[in-house]
Amino acid sequence: MAVETKVGVYLCSGCGIGDSINLEELSNVATNEYKTPVCKSYTWLCKNETVSEIESDIKNESLNRVVIAACSDRFMEDVFNFDKDVQTVRVNLRENVAWTHKSMDEDTEMLAQDYLRMGITKAKSIDITVPAIEDITETILVVGGGLSGMSSALAASKAGSKVILTEKEDELGGWLKNLYKLPPTKYPYDTLEENNVKELIAEVEAKENTRVIKNCEIEKVSGQPGQFEVKYKMKGNSSEEILKIGSIVQATGWKEYDPENLADLGYGKFKNVITGNQLEKYIQNVNGSKTLNDMPVSSIAFIQCAGSRDEKHLPYCSAACCTASMKQMLYVREKFPDALIYMIYKDIRTPSQYELLYKRVQNEDRIFMTKGEVNNLRQDENGMIEIDVDNTLLGEEIQIKSDIVVLATGMVPSTFVEEVESDAVVDEDDGSGETLDGKKEAESAEIGAKILNLSYRQGTDLPTLHYGFPDSHYICFPYETRRTGIYAAGTVRAPMDYTQCISDAKGAALKSIQVLYALKNGVAVHPRSGDTTMPDFFMQRCTQCKRCTEECPFGTLDEDEKGTPLPNINRCRRCGICLGSCPERIITFKDYSIQSVSSMIKAVEIPDEFEEKPRILAFLCENDAYPALDLVGRYRMQFDPSVRVIPVRCLGAVNVVWIADALSRGFDGIIMLGCKHGDDYQCHYVRGSELAEKRMENVQEKLKQLVLEPERVQIHTVAIDEYEKLPTLFNDFVEEITEIGFNPYKGM
Amino acid sequence: MTQNKISSNLLVIGAGIAGISSALEAAETGLNVILIDKEPFIGGNVARFNRYFPKLCPPGCGLEINIRRLRTNPAIKLFTLAEVASVKKNNGKYNVGIKVSPRHVNRLCTACGDCAKVCPEKTANEFNYKMDETTSVNIANESAYPQQYVIDMKTCKGESCNKCVEVCKYNAIELNQTEETIDAEVDSIIVATGWEPYNAENIEVLQFGKHSDIITNVIMERLASPNGPTKGQILRLSSNEKINSVAFVQCAGSRDENYLEYCSSVCCMASIKQAKYIREQHPEAEVHIHYIDIRANGILESFYNEVSKDEKIHFHRGKVAKVFHNPETNKMVVEAEDTLTGNLMQNPVELVVLATGMKPNSLNGLTDEISFDKNGFLNLTNGAITGCGVITEPKEVASVVQEATGAVLTALQTINRN
Repeated sequence: MAVETKVGVYLCSGCGIGDSINLEELSNVATNEYKTPVCKSYTWLCKNETVSEIESDIKNESLNRVVIAACSDRFMEDVFNFDKDVQTVRVNLRENVAWTHKSMDEDTEMLAQDYLRMGITKAKSIDITVPAIEDITETILVVGGGLSGMSSALAASKAGSKVILTEKEDELGGWLKNLYKLPPTKYPYDTLEENNVKELIAEVEAKENTRVIKNCEIEKVSGQPGQFEVKYKMKGNSSEEILKIGSIVQATGWKEYDPENLADLGYGKFKNVITGNQLEKYIQNVNGSKTLNDMPVSSIAFIQCAGSRDEKHLPYCSAACCTASMKQMLYVREKFPDALIYMIYKDIRTPSQYELLYKRVQNEDRIFMTKGEVNNLRQDENGMIEIDVDNTLLGEEIQIKSDIVVLATGMVPSTFVEEVESDAVVDEDDGSGETLDGKKEAESAEIGAKILNLSYRQGTDLPTLHYGFPDSHYICFPYETRRTGIYAAGTVRAPMDYTQCISDAKGAALKSIQVLYALKNGVAVHPRSGDTTMPDFFMQRCTQCKRCTEECPFGTLDEDEKGTPLPNINRCRRCGICLGSCPERIITFKDYSIQSVSSMIKAVEIPDEFEEKPRILAFLCENDAYPALDLVGRYRMQFDPSVRVIPVRCLGAVNVVWIADALSRGFDGIIMLGCKHGDDYQCHYVRGSELAEKRMENVQEKLKQLVLEPERVQIHTVAIDEYEKLPTLFNDFVEEITEIGFNPYKGM
Repeated sequence: MTQNKISSNLLVIGAGIAGISSALEAAETGLNVILIDKEPFIGGNVARFNRYFPKLCPPGCGLEINIRRLRTNPAIKLFTLAEVASVKKNNGKYNVGIKVSPRHVNRLCTACGDCAKVCPEKTANEFNYKMDETTSVNIANESAYPQQYVIDMKTCKGESCNKCVEVCKYNAIELNQTEETIDAEVDSIIVATGWEPYNAENIEVLQFGKHSDIITNVIMERLASPNGPTKGQILRLSSNEKINSVAFVQCAGSRDENYLEYCSSVCCMASIKQAKYIREQHPEAEVHIHYIDIRANGILESFYNEVSKDEKIHFHRGKVAKVFHNPETNKMVVEAEDTLTGNLMQNPVELVVLATGMKPNSLNGLTDEISFDKNGFLNLTNGAITGCGVITEPKEVASVVQEATGAVLTALQTINRN
């Protein structure tokens, strides 16, 4: 910190703040306690003229820190946005004090004064951030040359990016080249389209800025976004080549659910039970003949959900099979106009305008579709397949006889691995006895599908969540994988149909271009988009405990042989979970550090026990719980004035030393509010709130050792719309702590 | 009328979840973006939702992150109450006339709320599908963006009242504000104009509008929302009483040539989600879902699977023939095909929720470079005008965001980034 901090403090009495708080007393805190060179009060701080005055103060008084004590930092950000050499700290007097506490009350005054102390202290203890810009490679690697991969490569190359497309087979096309025709893609959705795979391959291969590598086996991906090194080998060739890559689209697609598991449906037992994928191939050889792969076709039955929507097989729906089977029914109708065509389904799933394809098929003659479940399936003496169908619409059992049975088998993502083999687990016990989930995480990724073969400490591939699909915030932020700069596209990401694959491929291509743009500008990608800070490691004090390398949700840190973390900053999403994890407190962000938060905690005035005023410290997740607290203010709900709130990047970015600091300062209780975790997690950093909860278990152990009640430190989940819960949570906690009694370490 | 000229790489029409996502992804890839919405606040339909399926997480969580990205990114210029008036192609670019209706509250507004406290006039609350009233000067909800009030001049008495003008300490109210026009020159356009709930009154047999205990799925979202008209209480609107039985009528208008011939894609999952709302609030209530096919595509199947194991949630396959009120029992009767007997079954319940579908918002006549199919969905091309979200076809939020991201790539292909 080369330059001395010069703080200007600006107090606003608008929006009812002045009616609630004595600003004169408040300004005494700044001038007398902190001797800030400038402290001014205004009745309307966000007015243009006032902002201009602040700007001239910055110039005339050489201020480099500005404390705005007014509304929440979620408002007027553009107004209080000064020169880049000035750090602005917001003190939330409006929502957190004036709108939620008794007017002109001693406790309210104390609260406002504490918040101002915390703000000024923070301003003095944080530093200006400067984007770090490094040289990067802008080439995009697309792994997988099927429909999604080709679409991604083509989309990115048309947008001017350099693309390398790799394919493990000796030709591009993937499953697409197996198809006879494509589903309709436009209104009125009743006509199949010709398969354009040859044209698509030709177009991809003709692009000047695209290099296609077939027979390609990826040996290893090391480095970080903007600076990946991809080592590959050609099939059957032992020499390794290296590619310099900026970002990666993983479009490695799907495997067919193994029909050998479907013996109940006759696969493998009867030659005339085939899969939809086989039908696609066989139908292309029917040229006027009366048979399909030497089988008669006077009747044909499609069995849907063969292996899908079945706890014994794939519990999920494979999304594309209903449309695919309808498409195949139309093939049969085209090639065998007289054939009887049956379909046995659980539910027909033809979303949106594919409903019109369904209607087209229903209107065909000699097509019979029935809801039901296959109860039994056998071959009769003539080789025909007899199917007993149960649970039909009318409740009765029916029997269907057919020359051929087509099983609509489902999709398994290429990232899926059969089962966890225990001997593959890399045991890296750190000897701390405090095993955290990060290790388990690392282990399960370690035995992943080995597609990208990442040389990441946390494993070789994208971490997965449900059924082998890569983990992401799949509702709001579907492309946010847990490996920055690597984006899944197409059926590897989720089961999807033809048109969605093309659209998905484009989205992944955009993200792969976007991450490079962010790197060129030295800023973070989602969710802290635009953030220029990054973690700094003071390695001399590192004890190689490996907590940071295990707990980072994004696999930012690798390790050397001794276990010293090797940061790869371009993988970092700036969540601060590493800062929270580090027992040696060696990880710092310029504007968010152990010291900055500790000093805020220590800035709070703790009344002695005879005053009978408890003090509670609250850490709130800035993405959900803190905005919810703003809503408490906007609805003018009131809560206990003993609570001092510090917003944090994530509960995972709370270091336990802050809890120790708070207890030794004399806080009577600490409450932490973060997001839901588990399978349906809402934490924007995937595992932050879960890690915080695990760390708290250890904290409570330590409290017991200090003969402090474990109830003094609590953690709760609060979603952004659960603002009504907050006053009660705070009030109940204060009551509970009051009952327990004051912190015995107070004043020591 | 004032005229402003601006130029930008990209215009995004519509600031629902599709348009917001497109604008952000584009701006974070280095494009300058103009984002417009016809409403006074952004967020479109999703801002009115209580929870998303299948995680049952509040839309406000993702919107909070997105609005933060939006607020702090100077590459995005947002205009609310703004609509496209004209599009002309000129030298490979588009000259777009944007009409901005007066808000009557300017950017000096601090959202302190003093104006609404003194406002004596009432107006139908559009945010709650007009289920209740709000003041003429109002904000859609406490987390609406922008945090800037708006005045509904249809009910405001103007200067003859002037109470809000007098109380506002920040000179934020401008009763005489007039319409503005913006001449925007852009390289590319993304149409993200979204959808509106299908008007259930068209389906006469379902009696929507005839009894207050027959509601639609979007109304259910407002009832369940903590910031809704009942503060999150799901009640019989006729009596404000607790609910003991509910029936969901699937495909209310969808998959029917008389109304919407397509499937609206999201209604099955929406009803399953809403069945969970009811089970959480009213553990004794029986829930019935009358459906044709349950469309829980992909991994959504596991959510359906979980809910179908609930012994108080009953699935009945068969299309609903009609809904009527039985005054003797004061119940709503759902008459549906009983697929077990082939006869009609009658199911008396206290609340009927019509799972109405999505109708694309009409946006005809902008430019002949784009066209819409018979159902009103945008025909996609790879040109400089593309689209995303429900305007291209019905889909759920995850697919909307996915398509919104891809649409930016299509736009990017037509923009010279150097």
